[in-house]
Amino acid sequence: MTFADTEIAPPEPPRYVMFWRRYKRNRAALLGLVLFAIVILMALSAGIVDPGDPLRRAGEPLTPPFINWETPLGTDQLGRDVLSGVLYGARISLMIGVVATLVAIAIGVVIGALAGYFGGWVDDVLMRITEAFQTIPNFVLLLALVAIMGSKIEWITLAIGIVSWTAPARMVRAEFMSLRGREFVDAARNLGVSNTAIIFREILPNALPPIVVYASVIMALSILMESALAFLALGDPNYASWGNMIGQGRAVLRTAPYCAVIPGIAIVLTVLSFSLLGEGLNDALNPRQKK
Amino acid sequence: MTDTSAPILDLRQLQICLPKGADRPFALEGLDLTINPGEIVCLVGESGSGKSLCAGAIMGLLPEPHVRVTGGEIRFMGQELRGKTEAEMRKLRGADIAMIFQEPMTALNPQKTVGWQIDEVLRLHTPMNRVQRKDRAIELLERVHIPEPLSAYNAYPHQISGGQRQRVMIAMALALSPKLIIADEPTTALDVTTQLQILKLIRELQKDEGAGVLFITHDFGVVAEIADKVAVLCRGELVESGTTDEVLNHPRHAYTQALIAAVPSLTPPPVKAASDAPVVLKGTGLRKTFAARGGLLSGRRKAVTAVKDLSFELRQGETLGVVGESGSGKTTVSRIVTRLLECDQGSVELDGKDLLAATPRELRALRKHIQIVFQDPMASLNPRKRVVDLIAQGPIVHGTDPAKAREDAKRLLELVELSPAAANRFPHEFSGGQRQRIGIARALALEPKVIVADEPVSALDVSVQAQVLKLLADLRDRLNLSLLFVTHDLRVAAQLCDRIIVMQKGEIVESGLTAEVFSNPQHPYTQNLLSSIPGRDWTPPSLRTDAA
Repeated sequence: MTFADTEIAPPEPPRYVMFWRRYKRNRAALLGLVLFAIVILMALSAGIVDPGDPLRRAGEPLTPPFINWETPLGTDQLGRDVLSGVLYGARISLMIGVVATLVAIAIGVVIGALAGYFGGWVDDVLMRITEAFQTIPNFVLLLALVAIMGSKIEWITLAIGIVSWTAPARMVRAEFMSLRGREFVDAARNLGVSNTAIIFREILPNALPPIVVYASVIMALSILMESALAFLALGDPNYASWGNMIGQGRAVLRTAPYCAVIPGIAIVLTVLSFSLLGEGLNDALNPRQKK
Repeated sequence: MTDTSAPILDLRQLQICLPKGADRPFALEGLDLTINPGEIVCLVGESGSGKSLCAGAIMGLLPEPHVRVTGGEIRFMGQELRGKTEAEMRKLRGADIAMIFQEPMTALNPQKTVGWQIDEVLRLHTPMNRVQRKDRAIELLERVHIPEPLSAYNAYPHQISGGQRQRVMIAMALALSPKLIIADEPTTALDVTTQLQILKLIRELQKDEGAGVLFITHDFGVVAEIADKVAVLCRGELVESGTTDEVLNHPRHAYTQALIAAVPSLTPPPVKAASDAPVVLKGTGLRKTFAARGGLLSGRRKAVTAVKDLSFELRQGETLGVVGESGSGKTTVSRIVTRLLECDQGSVELDGKDLLAATPRELRALRKHIQIVFQDPMASLNPRKRVVDLIAQGPIVHGTDPAKAREDAKRLLELVELSPAAANRFPHEFSGGQRQRIGIARALALEPKVIVADEPVSALDVSVQAQVLKLLADLRDRLNLSLLFVTHDLRVAAQLCDRIIVMQKGEIVESGLTAEVFSNPQHPYTQNLLSSIPGRDWTPPSLRTDAA
C-alpha cells in the first residue's frame, strides 16, 4: 500500500461546465434566463418586426389590441403602435440597465476597494462620502440630478448610475476587509507584488461573485428608476420608453387600459427576469451558501 | 476493567453511505467496534477516514438524507439505536451519551454564560430546582478543576481560556453521568501543556464514573497517552484493532505500520559540526506591541506585547526552529522577519542589509531573498489562479520573462514531486499536502536564501506531514537553503531543526542545539513543554516500510 501524496485527482470539468451545472439546478433561474432571452429578442427584433419610428402615427388612435393586424397590440391616443413601442422600449430599458449598472459598479468597486484595502483614514473619508450619498433618498437625488443635467437619455443613465453606487461600494469594502487578511494576500505581498496589482488581480476576482449577483439587482432597479422618471414625464421624450408609455397611458387608463398595462407587463417581466437571473447566479457562484 | 459485563456500545457491520459524486460510495463499511464500561477506545484515522461520521451515526446526528446509515447495528446498552425516533434520541443524547467537541469556542454559545449553559442541560434532563442546579453546576466545574468555579459560572465563553472552555465542555458532558462519552478530537485545538491536562482529566473522570469513552483522534501520541484499545480506520474500513500495546508497538497492517512510521520520533538529528557558514539572517532587539484599540463604546483594551527583545542568528544551510505555544509570539516573528508586519524596534539583517529600514523600492528587491511558506495551504493560494501562474508570479513581478517563468514553474513542480500536468489546475483540485507542495514551489521560484516556514505541516495528516517534512529537508540540503521553522509541534521540531529557540510570552526562554535542549532542558518552561508531549514515553517502533 502506498501513500504517495503526489498523485493528482482526475481533472475537473472546465469552469463554465460546472457553472452551468449549478445554474440549471435552480428552475426559477432557468425561467429567468428564458425571460431574459425574450427581452433581448424583443430588443433585437425592434427594427425588423416593425420598421420605422415607433413614435410615428401608425393607425387610428386608441385601436384596441387584436383588432387591426397592422397594429397587433393596438395604438395609443396619438395613434402610435403599442407593439412597436414595447419592442423599442426594450432596447432603451436594457441599454439604461446595462450602462447604469456598469457606472454604479465601477464607482462602487473603486471606492469600496480602496476603503476596504487601505482602511484607516482612507476608509474613514470614503465611507463618510458614501454615507452622505446614502442619507439622501435615491429617487430625490435622481430627480435633482436630472433637473440639473436635463433629461437627455445619456444624462439620465449616468444619473441613475450615480445614485446606485453606494450599496456595491459597501459590499466591496466588506469583501475586501475580509479578504485582505487572508494568507494569499500576504503571500502576494511577500513576492513583492504592488498594491494596485494586489487590489485588482488578487483580491478583486475573489470579491466579484457577490457583486455580480448584486449587479442584477441594480439592473432591475435602474430600469424601474428610468420608468419612474418617464412616468413623471421627466424621461427623454425622443425615445419610446416603457415608463413614457405608462405615463401617457395613465390619461386614458379607464377607457383604454391596455396602453398602460402592456408596457407595465413588459417591465414586470424584465425586472423579474433579472432578479431570477441574480438568484441563479448566486447559486452558481457561491455554491457553499446553500446546504 | 470488567470485560465480562455487557458492552456499553456495540457496533456491528456499521455502514454509512455517502451522497453520489463523493470519492467513495460508503463513508464507513462493515465497522465492528465494542466499548466496555470503563474503557477508552481510540478511533484513529486520517482526515476523510470516516471517524467523525461514526460519532455522528451513534448520536443520530448525521446530515441526513445525504449521509445516512444503510446497514449494520448500533447497540447501546443492549438497545438498538437505529430506527429510534428523534424524540427518543433526544432523551438519550446528553443524558446517556454525551459528546465533547473539537472546538470548544464554537460548541459553546457565545451569548450565554458558562453557568447558564450547564444549567440548561440540567434543566432539560433533570427535575432539579434552580438552587440544586446551580449547586450541581458549580460542583461540576470544581470536578473539572476550573480555578474559581463561581467566577467561571458567571463568565462568558470568551472570557475564559481555551483549556478552560474545554473543561466546561467536559463538565457539561458529565452533568448527567452519561454511560458513553464521545470525544471528537477534544485536544486538537489546544496547546501541548493544556492538552496533557485535559487528557489526564478525561482519564481521571472516566475512572470515577466508569463510563465508556470513544475517543476520536488522529494523533498517535495522544493514543499512546490515553487509550486502552485502538481501532484504526483507513478510508472507511477498519484495518486493525486491538489493545494499545499491540497496535502501537506491533502493528500488523501495512497502513498502521506506515502511519506509525510517519510519526516523527523525538530523537533530534545528529549534531552537525559547529558551522562557520556565513550568517544570512540576523535579528537584533526585535520588539512588537499591538497597540491598544477600542473606541468610545467598546471599552479600551490593554496593549499586548507580542515580541520583546528578540535576537537570533541563522546561518546558511541551517534550520532554526522557533518553538512555543499559542500566544508566544512565534507567528509574529515570522511576519516581522518577512516585514509583512511592521516592527516597532530592532533590525533584521538579510545578508548584511537591514530589511526593516529598507525603502519600499529596496524592500521589493530584498523580498526575493526571503520567502515564506504559510500554515494554511488553502488560504495561502489564491483560489482564482492556476497553479502555474501562482508559482510564476514572483519571478514575473521581479522582471523575468513571463513565458520563461512559466517554463521554470513547471520544472519547480517536478522538484516538489508534482506532475507537470498540475500546472493548469486550480488550487482547490489538490489535497492539503499537494497544496503545501505548491506553496513550497512558489517560495522556491525566486531562488531565495532564506525560507521562513510558518507551521507548514500543522494542517496536514501525519503521513502527508512526514512526506512534506522530508521534502523540505531534502530541498534545504540540495539548495543549501536556510530555514526559519516556526512550529508548536516539538516532535516536528526535533526532526528537522539544528537549533531551536523556545519562546514564551514573546521572550526567548531558552535556545541552543536541538539535541541539547531536548536532552537537557534548562528553563522550567522548556522542561514543562517537553514533559507534556503526548506519548513521550512511547518511541515509535522503527518499522521501515517503503511507503513512508
